[in-house]
Amino acid sequence: MLLIQCPYCGERPEPEFVYGGQAHVARPRASAELSAEVWAAYLYRRDNTRGVHAERWRHTHGCGRFFNALRDTTTDQFLATYKVGETRPPAQRSGP
Amino acid sequence: MQRFSGLSLLLSGLTGQRTWRPQWRSPEPKSAYDAIIVGGGGHGLGAAYYLASEHRLTNIAVLEKGWIGGGNTGRNTTIIRSNYLFPESAALYDHALKLWEGLSQALNYNVMFSPRGVLMLAHTVHDAQVFKRHVHANRAAGVDNEWLTPEQARAFCPILNIGDIRYPVLGGALQRRGGTARHDAVAWGYARAADALGVDILENCEVTGFIRGADGAVQAVETTRGTIRAPRIGVCAAGHTSVIMKMAGVELPLESYPLQALVSEPVKPVFPCVVMSNTIHAYISQSDKGELVIGAGTDAYTSYTQRGALEITSHALEAICELFPMFRRLRMLRAWGGIVDVTPDRSPIIAKTPVPGLYVNCGWGTGGFKATPGSAHVFAWTIAHDAPHRLNAPFTLERFSEGALIDEAAAAAVAH
Repeated sequence: MLLIQCPYCGERPEPEFVYGGQAHVARPRASAELSAEVWAAYLYRRDNTRGVHAERWRHTHGCGRFFNALRDTTTDQFLATYKVGETRPPAQRSGP
Repeated sequence: MQRFSGLSLLLSGLTGQRTWRPQWRSPEPKSAYDAIIVGGGGHGLGAAYYLASEHRLTNIAVLEKGWIGGGNTGRNTTIIRSNYLFPESAALYDHALKLWEGLSQALNYNVMFSPRGVLMLAHTVHDAQVFKRHVHANRAAGVDNEWLTPEQARAFCPILNIGDIRYPVLGGALQRRGGTARHDAVAWGYARAADALGVDILENCEVTGFIRGADGAVQAVETTRGTIRAPRIGVCAAGHTSVIMKMAGVELPLESYPLQALVSEPVKPVFPCVVMSNTIHAYISQSDKGELVIGAGTDAYTSYTQRGALEITSHALEAICELFPMFRRLRMLRAWGGIVDVTPDRSPIIAKTPVPGLYVNCGWGTGGFKATPGSAHVFAWTIAHDAPHRLNAPFTLERFSEGALIDEAAAAAVAH
């Protein structure tokens, strides 16, 4: 079980949260004019990063708010959490 | 190849078991092959075996980052079944099931395939309706699957608790041809048979990059054991497929999640079949060593750690204890995780890629073991013919932009 730092509530156990997938995936404008490939990339293609991954979490059983996190997917260590709308902070990979 | 038979076992027994030799070579990499398979799990080794045995392509190599069968092939719960909803899936998985039935004979290696029956429990009215739909769809597609009442389910698995439980068992779908096999033996059997046909199995050989020509086609892979040239490269890297394919400039609709399993201390034979419960989420069977093999769910977040959260395993064990109260005092020996590559529709991708000469077999998610022989067989065909086999033709990469999904995710509403 992970301990996750909600930017609004502080550190809480993982079962209070719901994972929301990759962060900063912007919905394309004028979707009706897009090619099927571009639309499919928005719907389905994800970075699936091995390393530092920017992702969304929602503190469902707490404040109920979405926020973003940087997590190292090779260790599951959280490197930073930040509010929606804030820019992604720099983060160094944790140990080997 | 040193063939196994009852006589060879007897003679070796009489001579103190001193006649056995290594079952496959550990060769040095050649500078070039006719084809390369990246990933030495069951799917990759099997693809190499079928390339060599059915397509006469013997100058090939299997590159494995660690040791063969050390990834998801050695980490799954070995359940084999083919009762998927959609005709494309049922045809592909049933192709695999038919190959399982003759695999030990084909490889001269006992993969311990045991068609002991896979019982999928229904706990809600919705479950019952969905499973009955599956039964009808399967029977129309020529795949065996039958509906059992709660009493029939208990008769099939006598220690099943159908009533004194928060979500009582309302029935079940039983595929009698389903069952289990020995996972390590699948990797070893394919490795041994492929090696005998001349395939080089290169362990501790991690791919670090691709070399592509002016036309974009693959020419070679860079590895930790040097550059190896090949005009055709097939990738079977399971949870690490995204990482490998990104090196070749191909992005895939995959996300990698940890999936956990655990085994109990060994006990006498007590569990005659495989039982799956999608709703309260646990899978269980008993290995020939006597351990209960229990499958849990995936973690909620993407990860490459090969471990998972404790609440996921305890959730599965709570379900097991309700369904089988006699296991409540059983101790668990080991728990582990594997990294599974999940597609948006929970169906695999076995296809050519936009890069000429590069093929991918991925997206098996939480249910790839059961498909091993079928997946390997059609992937070998795809590489040999530079075109998909009839059975994997629908499982393209383009289906996500064409909208032709094979939506087993919606059909089952849970992991497989």
